[in-house]
Amino acid sequence: MSSTTGTRAGAIEYPDRPEGPISAAIIAGGVGALALGILTTLAEASTGVADWLQWSDRVGPLSGETIMAVIVWLVAWTVLHFVYGRSPIETRTALIIAFVLIALGVLGTFPTFFQAFAPE
Amino acid sequence: MHFTGREWWALIHGMILGAAFLLAFGGGLAGLWSLKANLVTREGVLERMRRLKVGVVTMAVAAWLTVITGTWVVYPWYREDIPKSPKSRLLADSATKDWHEFGMEWKEHIAWISPILATVVAFIVLYYGTNLIRHDRVRKTALTLFVLAFAFAAVAGALGAFITKVEPVR
Repeated sequence: MSSTTGTRAGAIEYPDRPEGPISAAIIAGGVGALALGILTTLAEASTGVADWLQWSDRVGPLSGETIMAVIVWLVAWTVLHFVYGRSPIETRTALIIAFVLIALGVLGTFPTFFQAFAPE
Repeated sequence: MHFTGREWWALIHGMILGAAFLLAFGGGLAGLWSLKANLVTREGVLERMRRLKVGVVTMAVAAWLTVITGTWVVYPWYREDIPKSPKSRLLADSATKDWHEFGMEWKEHIAWISPILATVVAFIVLYYGTNLIRHDRVRKTALTLFVLAFAFAAVAGALGAFITKVEPVR
């Protein structure tokens, strides 16, 4: 849906912008959510992982889980932005991918789920 | 009438930033919903886009500040390894332990998805601008993610309010 020049429809100006960067941002958001879910579950399943993620004694493993999730999100966004920057990838496809990733991420943060992986 | 320093921070985290988040969500939602070509003139578009950008950016900033103050300021007081901490008191009673083992454990994680999605929406609005008017699919995508960001924050906020009611940070 991109054009090489900006267009005017009626009196409203529409600057030329491809959808690729939007799709990249949407998918990256899903990746961030998934990272949080995976890290939460791993921290519950392994005391070694939980100890490694305890970057602040006052906050506990949540400190590393959240910082790592944000880092993963930002790295994913950067990479995907360069990959899809000029691509016509539709936001509908990106949204479906993101929904799946977010759903998995929410599952990973759901106590009934991740606590099932706690060591006996 | 007096609040301790810890209670002030709990208020900032839950009520002041929470109120800013809610107001920004309301304004952003109305802005995204009504961004349709048949509803606005050129002057209306300029005015609405400005307001929409402020709304979505404010919501993203409020969401980030909420999770940062919650995780790095209030949460350490909540989980202090002393018998009088809210976490210790909740876990000491079988009637209240689920407020921590389910409530806080979910709240402290799911809340962080909200600012990520709110930032995605802010990017879409700032980057795509008036194209949201003629590309309805992208506008609806932004709207969906905006509501999702709010929903995750609402879950975290509700659980926080309930936990504070049972065992507040003092």
